[in-house]
Amino acid sequence: MKKLITVILCAVSLLAVLTGCHGSKGLAAFEIPEEFDTSRQYEITFWAKNDTNKTQSRIYVQAIDEFQKLYPNIHVNIRLYTDYGRIYNDVITNIATNTTPNVCITYPDHIATYLTGINTVVPLDDLLTEPDYGLGGRKLLFDSPKKDEVIARFLNEGIIDGHYYAIPYMRSTEACYINKTFVEKLGFKLPEKLTWDFVWEVADAATAKDEEGNYLINGQKVMIPFIYKSTDNMMIQMLKQKNAGYSTAEGEIQIFNDVTEQLLYSLVDHVKLGAFSTFKISSYPANFLNAGQCIFAIDSTAGSTWMGSEAPLLDISEENLVDFETAVMPVPQFDPDHPQMISQGPSICVFNKRDPQEVLASWLFAQYLLTNEVQIAYAETEGYVPVTEKARQTPEYQQYLALKGADNEEHYRVKIEATELLMNNTDNTFVTPVFNGSASLRDAAGQLIENVTKGVRRGQTIDDAFMKKLYSDVTSLYRLDQLNNTTAEKTDLGPLPRTAVILLSTLATVWVCLGIVAGYGWLKERREKDS
Amino acid sequence: MKKLLIALLALTMLFSFAGCKKEDPNKKSEGVMTYAEFAAAKDDTEVTVETYVQAKQSWWDNAGTFYTQDGEGGYFLYGMPCSEEEYNKLTPGTKIRVKGQKSTWAGEVEIIDATYEILDGKYVAKPLDVTSLLGTEKLEEKMNLFISMKGLTVKDYGNGKAFEYKNAENKTDDLYVKFDKDGKEYEFCVEFYLCNNDTDVYKAVEGLKIGDVVDIEGFLYWYNVPNVHMTKVTPSK
Repeated sequence: MKKLITVILCAVSLLAVLTGCHGSKGLAAFEIPEEFDTSRQYEITFWAKNDTNKTQSRIYVQAIDEFQKLYPNIHVNIRLYTDYGRIYNDVITNIATNTTPNVCITYPDHIATYLTGINTVVPLDDLLTEPDYGLGGRKLLFDSPKKDEVIARFLNEGIIDGHYYAIPYMRSTEACYINKTFVEKLGFKLPEKLTWDFVWEVADAATAKDEEGNYLINGQKVMIPFIYKSTDNMMIQMLKQKNAGYSTAEGEIQIFNDVTEQLLYSLVDHVKLGAFSTFKISSYPANFLNAGQCIFAIDSTAGSTWMGSEAPLLDISEENLVDFETAVMPVPQFDPDHPQMISQGPSICVFNKRDPQEVLASWLFAQYLLTNEVQIAYAETEGYVPVTEKARQTPEYQQYLALKGADNEEHYRVKIEATELLMNNTDNTFVTPVFNGSASLRDAAGQLIENVTKGVRRGQTIDDAFMKKLYSDVTSLYRLDQLNNTTAEKTDLGPLPRTAVILLSTLATVWVCLGIVAGYGWLKERREKDS
Repeated sequence: MKKLLIALLALTMLFSFAGCKKEDPNKKSEGVMTYAEFAAAKDDTEVTVETYVQAKQSWWDNAGTFYTQDGEGGYFLYGMPCSEEEYNKLTPGTKIRVKGQKSTWAGEVEIIDATYEILDGKYVAKPLDVTSLLGTEKLEEKMNLFISMKGLTVKDYGNGKAFEYKNAENKTDDLYVKFDKDGKEYEFCVEFYLCNNDTDVYKAVEGLKIGDVVDIEGFLYWYNVPNVHMTKVTPSK
């Protein structure tokens, strides 16, 4: 009997161990070590994006050098990308093999997908406030901002499912870069606040041609009066301004609504006239703007160094440049008294590893990117703003802003006006809800505009049937009908699969049998002792 | 026995000739455009062409980007949806029928939103020497073809070097070079997704010095101006 019990116990223990393995391929949750072990060497990888701007990559390299001087036992390997999409794709691929980078520049939308792995991304709630190694911590070897010195609105953008999973690195919004010379030549005057009606009116007027097919406004064969770089932002901002549905915080898709349809219909006539196009269809707005072939170019404030006839960065040849005055304004509004504009820009996340000391080393580097030196240097490369009040208030940064227009390089007027645009409108910015699949929804939002624009250009009839098919195609392309959200407690997973029910029932039966056998044995032993 | 041998030899020859049948890269099926018809088509109209894959950029996001041409002109197939398995079948020389929309992006004529089917036939183009067309409007007519240019002088890129990395830290992106030919400047590149840092052309460009005179081969891509995606760079003969 004893032998039988031993065999059963061993078998069940083994079964329990094996079943316990199921689903626990992920890492253990990160726990902050009491002390950072400086006696060890750490090699960490940092994946970052530079906006095809060489100065930005130099700043990253400089930041790494300075950091390594402070922490000679931490070696940081940088891998630069020119596309957030590729970072996202590579991270997803590497989650499966536990070869994610240690620190990564990314977007909260992307982090929401990374979180589908088990303990993949380190929650930063405790790290942010940890007295020794947290923001402004006592044992840090550099002057880090305290938590309340990071702009709260930007810091909170890193909250996913109630936890901080990212710290902001840089922030930008979109700006409308305008050929003011052409606007006035057409007989218009720029309003104090830009509206969609004004933009469309001017854009339509600019499509007039002479008998030879040259545009009257520029005397050229090419003129696309209004070009939008990021059509996902265009749709998202229009919906927000209209107070229309996009998605709920829990990930319920609301974008396929009547307002969206009205907005899409409203594009049709302008596209037919040739007044509107997109980056995906035509190319970079900056190139058309600088060649006098565009009047309203909407792009990120982080693209401001490419905008205008005196821009420090140019992508077209000098002989194609046209001289004009560039105005920088917030994106057009439906209700100019209550402006709404997107908050965007890179954030930083820290990936979990088996070794908590390695994670702590990663966190130290991530945090170093918030120091004044890095924040100010990087923000000045483009129309970014530093994400800490600490950096913004330094005399060095204030001096930088004050020298607006002093030269066409570091103090390029358009760039600093783009920066000021965001600083003056921080309270008017918003972000979209973040959930597993929100990155796909964002892509879908832009695709709606792209497809309608392409459809009109291709002579298709834009009617109810087109819209129905468009919604269906976009839903299918981005798998919007298959999205799962990450809020586990709110997710109804439905009934257990039959195999799982059988397995669990078998296990329960085995345990009950074991209990009976053990109980019988205990009683028998007791009886023998008593007798 | 002799008769049998002769018959066998004759059959062998027949099969050999059949095997050697020369591919006519300009022959089109019914309903398929000639290159001239494609060139005359307006943007945002549907086009159907038969063409031959010459090279491809790396597969990404369930799509491939292909440099293709027939005997007359080049067709750049941008972001053509295909699985990775299908992409691997589209090797240089493969004949395909492509149906899509003609589009122009920053001056580059391309076919987008395309579908394709693989056909029988193989044709790998030899580079067309377009040196004499440099600086003329005629060059644009050769857009997307596999071309060569001879006797280009490497210029200072503006950084005191003969070339510039798009990503100097990791060398995982394009390489840019400026050339002088007859007093005019041209900027071409090694497109990383076509020729990565393991390729001979990438290494050859890294070895260039200002003032070197070179011959190049590549695809005549356009980015506002001619922007050859180089596949070979050798010292000028």
